[in-house]
Formats: sequence, C-alpha cells, structure tokens
Amino acid sequence: MRIELTVNGTRREADDVWEGESLLYALRERLGLPGSKNACEQGECGSCTVYLDGTPVCSCLVAAGQAQGREVTTVEGLREGDELDPVQQAFVEKGAVQCGFCTPGFLMSTKDLLQRNPNPSDPEIREALAGNLCRCTGYEKILDAVRAAAAVTQR
Amino acid sequence: MDFLAPTSWAEALETKAAHPDALPVAGGTDVMVELNFDHRRPAALLDLNRVPELQEWSRADDGRIRLGAGVTYSRVIAELGGTLPGLAMAARTVGSPQIRNRGTVGGNLGAASPAGDSHPALLAAFAEVEIASVRGTRVVPVADFFTGVKRSVLEPDELIAAVRITPPAGPQQFCKIGTRNAMVIAVSAFGFALHPDRREVGTGIGSAAPTPRPAPEAAAFLAGELEAAGLWDSRSPLPEGLATEFGRRVRDAAAPIDDVRGSAAYRLHALSVMARRAATWAWDAYRTDDGNDGNDGNDHRSAAA
Ligand SMILES: Cc1cc2nc3c(=O)[nH]c(=O)nc-3n(C[C@H](O)[C@H](O)[C@H](O)COP(=O)(O)OP(=O)(O)OC[C@H]3O[C@@H](n4cnc5c(N)ncnc54)[C@H](O)[C@@H]3O)c2cc1C
Ligand code: FES
Ligand code: FES
Repeated sequence: MRIELTVNGTRREADDVWEGESLLYALRERLGLPGSKNACEQGECGSCTVYLDGTPVCSCLVAAGQAQGREVTTVEGLREGDELDPVQQAFVEKGAVQCGFCTPGFLMSTKDLLQRNPNPSDPEIREALAGNLCRCTGYEKILDAVRAAAAVTQR
Repeated sequence: MDFLAPTSWAEALETKAAHPDALPVAGGTDVMVELNFDHRRPAALLDLNRVPELQEWSRADDGRIRLGAGVTYSRVIAELGGTLPGLAMAARTVGSPQIRNRGTVGGNLGAASPAGDSHPALLAAFAEVEIASVRGTRVVPVADFFTGVKRSVLEPDELIAAVRITPPAGPQQFCKIGTRNAMVIAVSAFGFALHPDRREVGTGIGSAAPTPRPAPEAAAFLAGELEAAGLWDSRSPLPEGLATEFGRRVRDAAAPIDDVRGSAAYRLHALSVMARRAATWAWDAYRTDDGNDGNDGNDHRSAAA
C-alpha cells in the first residue's frame, strides 16, 4: 500500500509499504531516514523513539499505516539548519555518546521532557528516560547532558 | 494482508463484521511486537486509531465514567488521575513513557494477559466492559470478561467499545511486584478498593492465575469483619491481625505457576503481603479522609501511596 505522511515538516510518500510493517521500518528503509535505530523491535529500548503528532512513541510499535496523514518528527528533524539542538549539543559536550546507537532515542525523550518541564529534578529525568536503554555509558554522562541541556534551555 | 482503517465507530463495527479475522490494532504495543517477531500473520489489521469515539471518555449524569477503549495510559494518568485513582496507579506502572503514550486500556483487555496491569484495578473497582458488534451492545463485568490465558468472551465480530467505572467512594490501591521499577511485566499484582457506600471491598489479582481474577471470599470476609465491628462508621483502626488474615485469604484465591518471572510460591507470598499492605494503606486513608476520596472532580491529584 501507499502511505502519505509529514516527516520533519515535509510531505512524504512511501510506496509498496507492507500492511504489517512498522513506522520504524518505513522511515529507515523507504524514506531514507536511518536516524531512528532498530535495536529490539519490541518497545523495550527506545532507540526508535519519534514523535507522532508531537508525542514520543516507539516507532517500531506503530504500524506504518497508522501514521497515514499524521506528523512524524525524527531525530533528523531536531536541528535547525546547521545548528544542533541544545539537547544534541549537550550530549556532545558532556560525552553522553559512546557507540551512539541509543543516542537518537535519548535525544528525542530528553527534548520532550524539557519541553514539558524545563527544570526537571533527577527523579523526573530518570522517569522520563525510563523507556530508553544504553548499554555503553552507564547513564551518568547522559544525566549530566540532560541537566546541562536544561540549564541552556532555561537561559 | 489488508490494512483496514475505519474512521467511525459504525464503520469499525461493520468492518469487523465483514472481516471477523481482522486483528484490531489500537496502540500496537502488543500487536506490533507479535508482527515484528513473526508470531502472528493476521489476514488483516483493523486500525482503531482513526475512530474518534474510542479516544473519548465521558462522565454520565450518575457520575459514572465511560472510558473509551482507545484512551491511552498517559491520558488516564493526566486526565483521570484523581477520579479513577486505582486505574491511574496501575497505569503509572505500565512500561515506559513511550508505551503509556500508545498503550490503551482497551488493548490491555483485548490482549487479556493474566499480567495486564489495568485488570486488577478494574476488578477491584467492579468495572464493566462495554462490548459491541453490528448485532448490538452488551455489558460484561470485568470479572466475567476473561475466559483463559489471553482469552476473553469477545466474539470474532465484536470490539471493545469502552470500560464503565464508577468513581470510588473510598480509597483504592494498586501494588505490583517486578524486578525493577520501569518496564516490568508484573510477577504478581494486586488491586484493592474500599467501597464504603456499598459496604463492600473490591479485589483484583494479577499474574497469579490463568486469568486476572477477584478474591471474592477474601473480600466478603474483610467487608463482613468491618461491618460486624461497626468500623465503616467508627473508622477506628483495623483490629490486630485482620489485614494479615485478609492477605492470607487473597493468597488462597490465587492459582499461580512457576515461570521465568517468578515461582508460584514467591507469587503467593508476594500476594499475601501486597494484600495486607493495600488493605492497611487504604484503611488508613479512609480513616483520615472525608469519605469522599477520589470523587472530588480534581483530576490532577496524585494517587501515589
Ligand atoms: C515494552 C513494553 C512494556 C509493556 N509493559 C506493560 C506493563 O507494564 N503492564 C501491562 O499491563 N502491559 C504492558 N505491556 C503490554 C501492552 O502495552 C498493554 O497490554 C497495552 O495495554 C496494550 O494496548 P494497545 O492499545 O497497545 O494494544 P494493541 O497492541 O493495539 O492490541 C492488543 C490486543 O487487544 C486487541 N484490541 C485492541 N483494541 C481493541 C478493541 N477496541 N476491541 C477489541 N480488541 C481490541 C488487539 O487486537 C490485540 O489483540 C507492555 C508492552 C511493551 C511493548
Ligand atoms: S527498537 Fe523500538 S523500542 Fe527498541
Ligand atoms: S552509547 Fe552505546 S548504547 Fe548508549
């Protein structure tokens, strides 16, 4: 089937979409947007996190057809022009990235958190990132990056 | 495979009648895992996201909440946290933010897993499931909805329309045991509600029997003891040992198995402890509040214990 949706502000179409295929697969394999990662395909790791009409979801658990006509934002849509988003910049500066596989998902969850709550407490950060797993960093640098991004965003 | 995407409730029911083998998909948090792992290849998917009626909840004149099957856990927490505290407590323990943003109470019922977290809360609240097809609508008490492991009374042409829940007249509790706080399928879970208006106790056992189930004998025992001692009115402390005996009787209502998440013996022990604690916490709340807990229209109050 064909699906039409808005991705990162641009109207996109994908053809030959299999009816049972995930939005993650359609983004990566049909729309040339490999930023969202596939690590578990079962909602456990959060590396495929995108916004569906503004709400963070695991794109591996959304049927591509369910995204028909809707707005999707992926990690590729975070930066403005050549400028990294403050959340991305904070992850770079705080060394919150090792292999980087989990990073797109953490960026999406962090950005969403800071939009809702510009000054989160540590427990609030942990709760907001509970759906994202990282097997490299031990999370400390990620928490540093979130706190740093919050400080910048608030300024 | 077909992808069927009705845009109204009437069309959804007609589509299900015409394609009884179509698999409904709401949040997809159960269905998509099965598709991604090739565990299931339905003839068609029936997308319910575009059916506006399913995404709504409303309050009837008598105060009853009708929760559309497609309302997500995130919305239950944000919009009904104070009105349906037991269900909201259960919703807060589901998966992760991303899962709660998509997962629905209707999908939890549809999956009918013995470990579904909304089930103990719905059981304890004496909730009812509104089921519909082109043939008509029927209302089934949650306690009668589950027929076996991942099986329910749903006929092939039926869909879940909504859950009907009376906002509680007394405190509610939800307890869940898992290996960590986030992203955990319950090893066992327990829902509890005091219903001072009907002088009854509501119970719901999760992950400790082939289906979610109430503990009616334990509930009747506790309600009877409260009645006999005049405690509903006096709101005096619970007599020594009563909550413990209640926990024991809840345990006796369970029929767990050993599996990778935990042994049957551990589940039984955990249940008796959770039931004792839930009853104690709820009774403490009942003693200190105005008897109108959760029914104050304040949808944003935290229900955390
Ligand atoms: C990472 C992860 C963590 C999870 N953690 C938890 C947890 O902590 N607690 C918990 O209880 N569950 C958990 N789940 C399971 C799942 O999120 C819940 O069962 C959720 O409520 C399913 O809702 P859904 O809308 O996503 O259902 P879907 O996947 O869309 O559907 C589930 C089932 O219900 C049927 N269905 C859906 N809507 C209807 C309807 N209106 N009428 C008839 N049938 C319908 C579908 O056909 C399917 O059989 C988790 C899942 C994942 C992937
Ligand atoms: S790939 Fe979607 S949550 Fe892991
Ligand atoms: S940096 Fe490797 S998984 Fe997080």
